[in-house]
Amino acid sequence: MSRVAAARWAIVLAGFATVELCCRTGVIGRLTMIPPSAMIVSALHLLTAPAIQSDLLFTITNAAAAIVIAVIAGFVAGVIIHALPRFRRIVDPLLAAYYAVPTFIFYPMLVAILGLNRAPLIAIGAVLGVVAMTVNTLAGLDRIPRVYVKTAAALRMPRVATALLVQLPAATPHLVTGVKLAVSYSIVGTIAGEFILSVAGLGRAMSLAYNNLDNATMYGLLLILIVTVTAINLAIYEWERAVHRRWGLR
Amino acid sequence: MSRRFDGLLFTIAVLLLWELLYRIVGSSGLSSPITTFATVVHLLGSARFWQNVAATADAFALAVVFSLGGGLAIGLLLGLSRFAGDVFDPILNALTAIPKITLYPVILLFFGLGMSAKVAFGTIHGIFPVIILTMNGVRNISPVIRKAARVMRLTPAQTIRNVLLPAALPEIFSGMRIGVSLALLGTLVGELFASDRGVGFMLIQSVEHSDVPTVMALTLLLFAVAVAGGLAMLQIDRRLRREG
Amino acid sequence: MVSRCCRSIAACAGRAEIALELTGISHTFASESGGTPVRALEGIDLQLAPGEFFSVIGPSGCGKSTLLEIVAGLLRATEGRVVFDGREVAGEVPDGVGMVFQEDASFPWLSVWDNVAFGLRRRGTDPAEIVRRVDYALQFVGLADFARHHPRQLSGGMRQRVCIARTLVLEPRLILLDEPFGALDQQTRLVMGEELLRLWRETGATVLLITHSLDEAALLSDRIGVMSARPGRFIASLATGWPRERDSQVVNDPRFGALTAEMWTHLRAESLRSIRTSSG
Repeated sequence: MSRVAAARWAIVLAGFATVELCCRTGVIGRLTMIPPSAMIVSALHLLTAPAIQSDLLFTITNAAAAIVIAVIAGFVAGVIIHALPRFRRIVDPLLAAYYAVPTFIFYPMLVAILGLNRAPLIAIGAVLGVVAMTVNTLAGLDRIPRVYVKTAAALRMPRVATALLVQLPAATPHLVTGVKLAVSYSIVGTIAGEFILSVAGLGRAMSLAYNNLDNATMYGLLLILIVTVTAINLAIYEWERAVHRRWGLR
Repeated sequence: MSRRFDGLLFTIAVLLLWELLYRIVGSSGLSSPITTFATVVHLLGSARFWQNVAATADAFALAVVFSLGGGLAIGLLLGLSRFAGDVFDPILNALTAIPKITLYPVILLFFGLGMSAKVAFGTIHGIFPVIILTMNGVRNISPVIRKAARVMRLTPAQTIRNVLLPAALPEIFSGMRIGVSLALLGTLVGELFASDRGVGFMLIQSVEHSDVPTVMALTLLLFAVAVAGGLAMLQIDRRLRREG
Repeated sequence: MVSRCCRSIAACAGRAEIALELTGISHTFASESGGTPVRALEGIDLQLAPGEFFSVIGPSGCGKSTLLEIVAGLLRATEGRVVFDGREVAGEVPDGVGMVFQEDASFPWLSVWDNVAFGLRRRGTDPAEIVRRVDYALQFVGLADFARHHPRQLSGGMRQRVCIARTLVLEPRLILLDEPFGALDQQTRLVMGEELLRLWRETGATVLLITHSLDEAALLSDRIGVMSARPGRFIASLATGWPRERDSQVVNDPRFGALTAEMWTHLRAESLRSIRTSSG
């Protein structure tokens, strides 16, 4: 194992050990945080409970729906905006400033419009993810080397074939980055919505446990949430790296 | 000339769409543009509003100080030492992959309700982009520049102040720009959960009282401030990158 | 059959022996933001015999690339006519044209083999025939061992060979090259030049090459057209008189020096003009 990897493991394990020690010795009170080992036990225990399983499913399906909408809508919006340069000039600064806006502020409005069910959760997740996809779609379309399109023209390829067989593959690395970000943001949006106001889902379960001072459940759920989401994000990050490497961008 | 006209056209289109949406959804969900603007004016004249703004601003300012200060310091350290940077890079990636939102209950438990929780929310959101972009900015400084500094026999302090920071400035500023935006986001969300004052608190209160015009007016104001601030910083960012 | 034409471009063999004809080609680019329009080409006349290797040389910005795009049908000239194989070229790429660009046009998401097969697949060529032609082309350009590689694993010169192979498999009758070796180092350029000559002899195609290298033009061509600074017109035509079976040893022939000297005489004034007017 390299020095770097060894140092990394040492730091991570030391971190865990410190937290575990602080919790067990009472430096961090039980009412504030339970020891990491107890979190793991609680998490495993919770995963067997059908109520938690349905909550988990609720959150995951909402996030998935939000992601699909964000990716498709973001891509379509990107293609349309790219084709309309006059419109793009106006919209560009808004897109750039979009993530400076705390978009969750629209969540109460969405609840008022769509009702207190899963719809506003999916909506807010999609709203959070869609612009990342649009911005990256635009970047991808911008960066298609002109020589590729000229090559397709020199090969007398019809427009649709050029779009599907040359332009789309050429833009793929950026599209994948867009998907990565859309996934990450949509998940955040859906969970945030569940915290703020919701009928079901892991976020709501955590919120309830918190209000009931049930730390064991709360931290167990937190662990499940963190592990699941982090795993998804890291997997997509690896996919992005593989695509970038294949396209010769890294 | 044409661009301003286009901008005007776009704004009018948005307003019309808004009015249309209002007609469809009804006043339990949205309020019309006119009502919203009237409410905005009313808010801007109300003392209570400005008190809340001050509360948010206080927490936001502290969060920015911690995010930028802490982020810059950590980012510089990790950027200057190749070993430290290599060790922490995947750890930072993993931490960024964790949605901060999942940590809110933890922060509430540690800091209780109130100002420190809000500042903590803001800081955990804002500090990571600053660290990562500062670290990368410093790491990516062309080796040629660093060699030149050594040949000129500059002291470490001189090297950092006169060579490294200016060279990495565009990227560091990008990190700060994003960090400030996210710090605002974190502070506002903190006020949704953890406070009895501030703009975020006003927002959640209006939601609970079903005071739709105020919800929309506050949303509009926050939107306008965030966009204006974001755009201003973006302009500086672009100028730095052109010269950098 | 290489026909040795002299200075007068229109004096080539009769109608039936003209592969490509340009008459009065002029082109003006409309300016985007309402500024002055740019006159890129002025009154270009040209006749190429079938199988002729013709180079266009001129200062930067003189419109050489624009001319090539007009010949290819990628661009429609504002004035004048292009006739290829007896049919007019108007805003659409005709059948039988192959094009190689200066930038790397190999598709990074496809293997070398798939890159070369790309054009044939779009045409719906029979799969067995595709295999035969692609294998042959890769053999020809010396990339047979790299068939499964991806462009990112290859050097600049190798990637250009992929692009050349991609053109070769289509068996074009007219090959257009826009400074194809511009991004490569000097030595690679010389090697690639010889490859290009082999390709030319193999296909018997008519070749129109754009270059800004005097050596390259003198070495490779049957005939050279010297272009002025913008707006581009032909100001001289030189015949090299090289035999068809030539390679880079040609540089040792005393006529080589004379050719480059003559080109430079014409070009020097034009290049200075082009540099002065295009600064800033």
